[in-house]
Amino acid sequence: MKKDKTGYRNVSENPCNMCMPLGGILALKGIEGSMVLLHGSQGCATYMRRTISEHYNEPIDVASTSLNEKGTVFGGEDNFKKGLDNIRLVYQPEIIGVLTTCLAETIGEDIERMAKEYIKDREIEGFPIISAPTPGYAGTQAEGYFSTLRKIIMGLAKETKKNKKINVIVPHISTADLREIKRILASMDIEAILLPDYSDTLDAPYTKTYERIVSGGTKVQDIASMSGSQATIEMAEAIDDVISPGAFLKQEYGVPLYRIPLPVGLKNTDIFINTLKQITGSVIPLDLSAERGRLLDGMIDSHKHNFQGIAAIFGEPEHVLSAVTLCMENGIFPQVIATGSKTHRLEDLLYESLAESEQDYHIMNDTDFSHIREKCKNSGVNIAIGHSEGKYLTEKEGIPLVRYGFPIHDRIGGQRLLSVGYTGSLSFLDRITNTLLDHKYINYRSTMLQKYYDTRS
Amino acid sequence: MQGLAIQERKESIFTKGEQRNTLTCDTDSISGSVSQRACVYCGARVVLNPITDAIHLVHGPIGCASYTWDIRGSLSSGEELYRNSFSTDLREQDIIFGGEKKLTQAIDDLVTKYHPPLVFVYSTCIVGVIGDDLEAICKAASLKHQIEIIPIESSGFIGNKSAGYRAACEGLLRLIKNQPNPIPPKEKNTLNLLGDFNLAAETWIIKSYLERVGIKLNVTLTGDSSYEQIKKTPIASLNIVQCAGSMIYLAEKLKEEYDIPYLRISFIGIEDTIASLRKIAAALGDEQIIKNIEKLIRKEQEKTWPVIDYYKHKLQGKKAAVYVGGGFKAISLIKQFRELGIEVVIVGTQTGSQAEYQTIGDLVQQGTVIFDDTNPAELENFIIDKGADLLVGGVKDRPLAYKLGTAFIDHNHDRKHALCGFVGAENFAKEVYSTVCSPVWKAIRTGGMTE
Ligand code: SF4
Ligand code: SF4
Repeated sequence: MKKDKTGYRNVSENPCNMCMPLGGILALKGIEGSMVLLHGSQGCATYMRRTISEHYNEPIDVASTSLNEKGTVFGGEDNFKKGLDNIRLVYQPEIIGVLTTCLAETIGEDIERMAKEYIKDREIEGFPIISAPTPGYAGTQAEGYFSTLRKIIMGLAKETKKNKKINVIVPHISTADLREIKRILASMDIEAILLPDYSDTLDAPYTKTYERIVSGGTKVQDIASMSGSQATIEMAEAIDDVISPGAFLKQEYGVPLYRIPLPVGLKNTDIFINTLKQITGSVIPLDLSAERGRLLDGMIDSHKHNFQGIAAIFGEPEHVLSAVTLCMENGIFPQVIATGSKTHRLEDLLYESLAESEQDYHIMNDTDFSHIREKCKNSGVNIAIGHSEGKYLTEKEGIPLVRYGFPIHDRIGGQRLLSVGYTGSLSFLDRITNTLLDHKYINYRSTMLQKYYDTRS
Repeated sequence: MQGLAIQERKESIFTKGEQRNTLTCDTDSISGSVSQRACVYCGARVVLNPITDAIHLVHGPIGCASYTWDIRGSLSSGEELYRNSFSTDLREQDIIFGGEKKLTQAIDDLVTKYHPPLVFVYSTCIVGVIGDDLEAICKAASLKHQIEIIPIESSGFIGNKSAGYRAACEGLLRLIKNQPNPIPPKEKNTLNLLGDFNLAAETWIIKSYLERVGIKLNVTLTGDSSYEQIKKTPIASLNIVQCAGSMIYLAEKLKEEYDIPYLRISFIGIEDTIASLRKIAAALGDEQIIKNIEKLIRKEQEKTWPVIDYYKHKLQGKKAAVYVGGGFKAISLIKQFRELGIEVVIVGTQTGSQAEYQTIGDLVQQGTVIFDDTNPAELENFIIDKGADLLVGGVKDRPLAYKLGTAFIDHNHDRKHALCGFVGAENFAKEVYSTVCSPVWKAIRTGGMTE
């Protein structure tokens, strides 16, 4: 095995990640009636809105406090208050999330205090304003996403009566994945609080009238009651306890925490279903067993094709871990495993599954595409799995890309690709297999000709 | 109207024919208004990015660089270096202890690895706060590596995109003025094109028109340009300026310093393309070129008008909303829509100037809404209110248009087909047709499931 810690370096070449507040925005978009204010300079908000709307094809309204020179020198409290006033006026949200950018953090803005004072000042006691510091220099969108979720729970959860519900906390997955998880829960008759739930807000059906704040999302009162649930399932293995929403519920309210991988692939989906069964005692419905059987059947059908695959897998840690598992189960060798996040857990978590591998592989964290490309060059990697920026590997090294994760901005429908559960895993696996086949058949005749006919040259 | 709930915004909006006929522009965006504007760094990067053999190094935290990696559709006939995203990726410890050492090392690493003739170093917001001395670092690195390393002061909070254009022009000027050898004399019938970025081959299209009539295009600032070419800027006898918002400042400076006169032109739409070609011919005053240009105009029109007329027939009477970055584009679009029988009923820009809004006000019909630095809520209200069939805007506006059941044209930097010149006018007509007359609009308005 080979490790490759890219880590702190003087220059990043072609980043594999984005920054914290973007993840915070996504988390907040999954809360019912929410609106987001980014405290900092205007540009960051505009960039993030563009990035998110390219992926989701939905209007992404995010306000900025548009700090100028004066605000930067003397503090941005006036802008902060005005920003809140204006979004309440135009959007009438039920909850506001305030995030910071690098600029606000660098000049030392205390948004928590400012939010409190604003509430007092405007006499809106009880109006929820969630403040989550998310300086871009401190982490990627993945960390921003989870730490904001944690802040949301910290801000809303109250001491409640114990009940039979379970909390399900998900990483940033597709809207189809969210709907699939809800379907599985419903099929097992489990009442759950899904956090966040942007399956409607970021994938809204076309309707005759337009809503500035789209209906849907996890309800504020449901989040408030997460403290009383019988358990939390958190589909996040790579995150630190300090930003884990589930860890907070456990510490503060004693809600048992089950940290499981994203249910992509056979093994991971089994873990999900068995955990549900273990917690609630629900029966596994026949339909679900049939879906599992169909996945097995499909895995057998494509196993020889898949055995030809050597993959480079990159993106947010949870996406990477899940794709690695799916690949390993199907004989696709994950030779290059990379994330832009700073996490040592990737190695620990993969150690066991990769321990027996005879081939060399590379696990890289806190890395960029220039390093990923180095490792892919002349290495036999014939498939890349990850977000759209991986098109760089296609362009430079001719490696075809299966789009998975965020952002997917150069194809339609990336926001509703199904990859979780037995059914989703099969559809994800099919996408991978077919990409391998495409690539093989396109080059088949010319490769054969070159290899066996033109041997003299 | 709910979209106008923010009182302060009223100053930046007016309807032609009603009371006021001026508006407030070029001010800071209002906090909480969901402005569509980008930052100073963005403005500077847009202008300089098409310089193909330069290293564009962003000094700041990673996000600013991630969001701008290869998002512009500028094409290159040579180097591809500009398509990379380089960043010093500042972290917490750099914010505390300063990023100067890291920047120096980043430049060293990149120059050793890529041997570029030129490096631009962009500052981002926090660099403005932590106070790294970009100027000094770039100077020292320049001496060490014996190449030009130019700092671009583009901290995001010092203004908006316009300030970034200015910072980029300053950078270009530095590059042009630093001439190791004496400048050769000016060449006849040779011009520079300012404010074109070779999006979807647009620089090449304009270049081909000019070459066909016997004009030499010396350098384009900055579409498909290189270090060597930019150095030759002073030998042109005329500058033509397309995107005035970004480049008029440079044109003025080049006039002062090198005595190169300039013309404002626009190759968007048939009317403006023809007018621009004639303007250039007149300015050069060369009989043969004047003749050639008339011939080109005649020939191209013969091809183009039948195409335009075909679409005009289908589009006549539709209403358009326009919200774009700069004033020159908005002005040209109003005229171009008229060529298709479409009236513009809403028009605005992110960074237009007072003079440009004046021109816009003169061009449009009574009742047209004109605004500066608008937001989604206003756009939504006006589109519904005015019954616009079509919105021209940037990527962020597209989903809103679609949710409102409105057709959409992307007039942004990442589009993949040319919109300039005669061929661009054809492309534009086709695109308008493909979105306005798509059967999907019928599908969303009719039918439904029975109960
Ligand atoms: S930090 Fe400043 S330079 Fe960077 S994107 Fe935000 S506004 Fe622009
Ligand atoms: S890294 Fe910081 S400054 Fe740059 S876009 Fe992200 S939040 Fe803004």
